[in-house]
Amino acid sequence: TINTELTIPGTNLGLLLKTPTYCRHQVLRIKTKNEEEVKQLQLLESLEHLQLDFWINPSAPALPVDVRIPAASVQPVKAFLESQGIQYSILIEDLQDVLDKERQDMAESAQRQRSTSSFDFGAYHTLDDINAELDQLASEHSFVEKIQIGESYEKRPLYVLKFSTGGSNRPAIWLDAGIHSREWVTQASALWIANKIASDYGTDESITSLLDKMDLFLLPVANPDGFVYTHTSNRMWRKTRSKIPGSICVGVDPNRNWDAGFGGPGASNSPCSDSYHGPSANSEVEVKSVVDFIKSHGNFKAFLTLHSYSQLLMYPYGYKCTRPDNYAELESLGRAAANSIRSLYGTTFQVGPICTTIYQASGGSIDWAYDNGIKYSFAFELRDTGRYGFLLPANQIIPAAKETWLGLMKIMEHVKNKSS
Amino acid sequence: DIDGVGHKYYLDLELEDVLDNDRTVNCTAEVLYHLGSKTSAPDVQLTVQGELRSTEEADKEFYHRIRSLEKELVAENIPDSHGNVPPELEPIHLLAWAASGYVIWQNSTENTNFNLAQVKHVKQVKRNDEDLQFDFVVLLHEMVSQEVLPWQVTLLWHPQRGARVPQ
Repeated sequence: TINTELTIPGTNLGLLLKTPTYCRHQVLRIKTKNEEEVKQLQLLESLEHLQLDFWINPSAPALPVDVRIPAASVQPVKAFLESQGIQYSILIEDLQDVLDKERQDMAESAQRQRSTSSFDFGAYHTLDDINAELDQLASEHSFVEKIQIGESYEKRPLYVLKFSTGGSNRPAIWLDAGIHSREWVTQASALWIANKIASDYGTDESITSLLDKMDLFLLPVANPDGFVYTHTSNRMWRKTRSKIPGSICVGVDPNRNWDAGFGGPGASNSPCSDSYHGPSANSEVEVKSVVDFIKSHGNFKAFLTLHSYSQLLMYPYGYKCTRPDNYAELESLGRAAANSIRSLYGTTFQVGPICTTIYQASGGSIDWAYDNGIKYSFAFELRDTGRYGFLLPANQIIPAAKETWLGLMKIMEHVKNKSS
Repeated sequence: DIDGVGHKYYLDLELEDVLDNDRTVNCTAEVLYHLGSKTSAPDVQLTVQGELRSTEEADKEFYHRIRSLEKELVAENIPDSHGNVPPELEPIHLLAWAASGYVIWQNSTENTNFNLAQVKHVKQVKRNDEDLQFDFVVLLHEMVSQEVLPWQVTLLWHPQRGARVPQ
């Protein structure tokens, strides 16, 4: 349907599809007040030279009359209606515009539909929809498994997708998104990435060779309580939703809560602050669950985390401004990843250690991972650089996910080569 | 460093036209952050080298559209949660950026990095003179502290006289 208020009889739709242009054709809705006016419209209907196309024919006063009017007849018809005191409104100002937009929307939707199981990866979703899609991916692919690594403060499950084609505790890569709940492009990108990996294993050479050697663990919504809160109450919520003893303020910044320089510069000790580090390291169950999982697995080689916005690709350290041991390697790998990202749409990411690239920030996840032996730890800040910020339009989700994927792939390939 | 005064920065900037990505213009600026003072905005001198695109037609059309509204314009959440801005509200969004620029300038130090996160609320106020007046509540995101805080700011705009924040 062109317009949900209009019914389009089958024959007219057929005509619409065959005729080349409806440029400046208008569709009017005419509200007749009495039988006399209905007769006037029936008279109009009989004037063939006007080429009027009645979508709803004049029959009774109570029913609206919808008519498509070719450009040349618009003025005469309106003049006639006005001279008779017959009320009308303009349903469609320019039919061609509406058809063009409709065609475009359908093409875009079809394109999206083609590449999924009917989940729209180019839109933002609720937590329930995301969890349903995780189930879908796991059920469709034998090498994809959904596991629960813990529960959030408000008792929501923390779901991780495990991609594994075999082996026993293979060297693994960790990827998480949405630790800061308002950074919606990250959860959305994680879903696209999950689908990409699941769909292209077996056909895409780099994904296949990666998963044949290593396992991948993906946590698309690292902070589900915060995420739900951004949907229900405050789109700008960043932290967890834990109650803080002795404070009316809620929540801890989960990326200041890791045991890496905990409580140092770049984190606040005020519960009301958006960068509050929390009462102690790992006080947040969302953080502790990941720490416990990674420690007990014991064989992670890379730790990658997605944030937005600013378009940055960073490696340790944040809690101190000294360089990590393999600084040169991380810098070079980061640059290669940024180049891959840029190759797709020209999006530029700045590369560097957290401390000098954004600011000193203690208690961050990649610092913890690095100090715990995971020597390839990177934090991405995705699109954009501030024009929309956290409110990135949905039509940028897939481009953002695609370019980010290239950067991630660059890093993961390097890690795979180093781990064999 | 200027002893007893503050820190002065000399900047070479390239401005990109957000509405026309191929268009850039170079600027130079001098910014002086006053020593110790948290209540005083930095001094800014800006020189634009080159010309800004003329928006006369669009300005006139927007001006007349707003002036001929029967009821004062009211809107909220620009962009919405999904990043959408209805086309007819895009000029309001742009004016909010200008208004935010004023607030950001007034509240900036060498340790802040502000950005407009969202226009929470905007209300047009009809005036007896020729200016358009918009009362905004904008959410500013401060990158260092990560706070997103609301600020109220009134903006006056006129096609020839441009944008001003009344004192």
